[in-house]
Amino acid sequence: MTKSNLTRRGVLKTGAVAGAGVALPTIFTASSAAAYTNEPTGSSVTLGFNVPQTGPYADEGADELRAFELAVEHLNGGGDGGMMNTFSSKALKGNGILGKKVEYVTGDTQTKSDAARASAKSMIEKDGAVMISGGSSSGVAIAVQGLCQEAGVIFMAGLTHSNDTTGKDKKANGFRHFFNGYMSGAALAPVLANAYGTDRKAYHLTADYTWGWTQQESIAAATEALGWETVNNVLTPLAATDFSSYIAPVLNSGADVLVLNHYGGNMVNSLTNAVQFGLRDKIVNGKQFEIVVPLYSRLMARGAGENVKGILGSTNWHWSLQDEGSQAFVKSFGTKYGFPPSQAAHTCYVQTLLYADAVERAGTFNPCGVAEALEGYEFDGLGNGPTLYRAEDHQCFKDVLVVRGKENPTSEFDVLEVVEVTPRAQVEYAPDHPMFAGGNLGTCNPGA
Amino acid sequence: MDAIILQILNGLDKGSAYALIALGLTLIFGTLGVVNFAHGALFMIGAFCAVTLTKFMTWEVATGEVQKTAWGSEVPVTKPLFESWFGPEVGGALIDWSVPLAILFSIPIMIIIGFVMERGLIKHFYKRPHADQILVTFGLAIVLQEIIKAFYGANPIPTPAPAAFKGSFDFGAMLGFDPNVIIYPYWRMVYFAFAAVVIGAVFAFLQFTTFGMVVRAGMADRETVGLLGINIDKRFTIMFGLAAAVAGLAGVMYAPINSPNYHMGMDFLVLSFVVVVVGGMGSLPGAVAAGFLLGILESFASMNQIKSLLPGIDQIIIYLVAIIILLTRPRGLMGKKGVMED
Repeated sequence: MTKSNLTRRGVLKTGAVAGAGVALPTIFTASSAAAYTNEPTGSSVTLGFNVPQTGPYADEGADELRAFELAVEHLNGGGDGGMMNTFSSKALKGNGILGKKVEYVTGDTQTKSDAARASAKSMIEKDGAVMISGGSSSGVAIAVQGLCQEAGVIFMAGLTHSNDTTGKDKKANGFRHFFNGYMSGAALAPVLANAYGTDRKAYHLTADYTWGWTQQESIAAATEALGWETVNNVLTPLAATDFSSYIAPVLNSGADVLVLNHYGGNMVNSLTNAVQFGLRDKIVNGKQFEIVVPLYSRLMARGAGENVKGILGSTNWHWSLQDEGSQAFVKSFGTKYGFPPSQAAHTCYVQTLLYADAVERAGTFNPCGVAEALEGYEFDGLGNGPTLYRAEDHQCFKDVLVVRGKENPTSEFDVLEVVEVTPRAQVEYAPDHPMFAGGNLGTCNPGA
Repeated sequence: MDAIILQILNGLDKGSAYALIALGLTLIFGTLGVVNFAHGALFMIGAFCAVTLTKFMTWEVATGEVQKTAWGSEVPVTKPLFESWFGPEVGGALIDWSVPLAILFSIPIMIIIGFVMERGLIKHFYKRPHADQILVTFGLAIVLQEIIKAFYGANPIPTPAPAAFKGSFDFGAMLGFDPNVIIYPYWRMVYFAFAAVVIGAVFAFLQFTTFGMVVRAGMADRETVGLLGINIDKRFTIMFGLAAAVAGLAGVMYAPINSPNYHMGMDFLVLSFVVVVVGGMGSLPGAVAAGFLLGILESFASMNQIKSLLPGIDQIIIYLVAIIILLTRPRGLMGKKGVMED
């Protein structure tokens, strides 16, 4: 009979040593083979484009995807090069990024934060995406930006206009080229004061989520500074489709301006309802009643039809701009797809080029190197005049367009006309401005 | 007082849409015993009938000339198909009246869609539990809206009312208030009147025709009517087509109120079901009464004075009222004993 020396303590010790032995190579591999998340080791690099392919913003998402495809084509040396030819930086050579061919994967945000995070996570973990870009909603942008920060990849935001994206929810790995609510207010208010006078009473209808709140706060502050009075601000549910019961009280409020802090389908419906109720034909306080839409999207404005005629708003970019960069982009996009690009397409195209350029200048895909290359970066030739990627909050500062619904459109794309190009200096603000307070950029996370 | 009158008017047109959709839902439930979650999609397809006719009339045809685009390529100059066929005046007038004309266009289309839905899919679920019916019709609704999105995109499509109905009527001036205090869009008034006519026609059809009498008898006791040698199934299929047509007509006329998009059916569906339950399952007058009641209450709940007292009440008022009514009258306002109680 043999006696076994197996003891409980012995088994535990042996197990611990064996476990550490098995785990060691994995830990070692992870820390030594990749200095950062999804470091590209082959001849190609993968970018992740996370856009709404289903849901209410699917058309905007489709236009973003077209722009991303065009940007990748140009980065890989295809097509006519588009804005790479007008970009002030000459780091991009049309041979991919750092000599690696650019490939891409796409995800569907569905304009839902959880779905957007899931698709971004999948692109990072399964497809090896080293950068995530795209989106048509601030809620989604903030959610995905947070995920990218945790995962250690760069997030180049698409269409997101809430102050919070580069305000209280800013992140070191996140960068926004698109303008924001504060800038809309700062650009639009002087034009409104010029057009409608400084003695006005404004009634606000505001979409009840992060973008609506910051947009309303921004435009109210900017117009009040010029003498306007805000008589009421009514929050409307994002799911609302018929705004007639919200518009009816405007008639007897004493207001002579209605500000619609709505976007997308909300904007189309609230503007249509307001026009149906004859608000624009009313004379109140001895003045013509006016409607203002602080953030315009050409794709969405089309849905409101002739109701947008004469209505002022702001936009990040418009295809009718005559600068060299815009013309080059419109030519590339128009030739490839047969119609002009939207502002969502423009910002996504530009963000892709800016990311690629930053990688080239940094000489690495390491997100911390890329972030350093983007921070405080001054550039031109991408359609918005001289632009700064501010280091303190990763917000781009550039000219802002004030636009008006065109009275006599010549085509379905010719919905808006540029009224004023507001210079960058007029829309700048301090990094610690109260509307952007409460956040912490933190430090860059390379992941791995 | 002026605000109250305005909200009553608002409630009437909201209630019109609820009542028309709920009427169709109740017709289907009352005759076939099917809980049809695809009914909102029928409303949406009706709106897209108006969009389709407008798009067809304004289809751009080449004039033979060319123009240069902003990106340098040449594209043909175009003009709307109907202006090309009938000249700018007649063609322009037909295009302007495309939404009312779409009523004629939509009725046969909606009836055919109703027949196909009922014969092709829903009839296989008559004897299945209501949960199965809800799942299959909800799935069908999603399929239909995705088909519409694939053809028309996700963005709303403007479908204006005829120029003659643009603008608003000044009720305030008529009632002795100051001018421009109580104004109401002409098209919304048309919508309310249209809804009243359709509802009246459906009731008259059921009340005063032999066909309607047989259907009502079938709703009350399907087996006995069958034993009398009457093919009640055939009549119920026709009722499904009629309910689809009612939903479609509601959608056609709603198109100028809010630009149609693929999701609009879902926006109305849940509320319409609440309307059906509050009105009483299977009760046609109940559905109509509850539609207008809840529409008006929803409008009142959106008043600033009410919202300042009870924040968020505009979001829950319909459900709150539904709970109260179902607690006090479990069969709804006009529900009958035995319906949905087996």
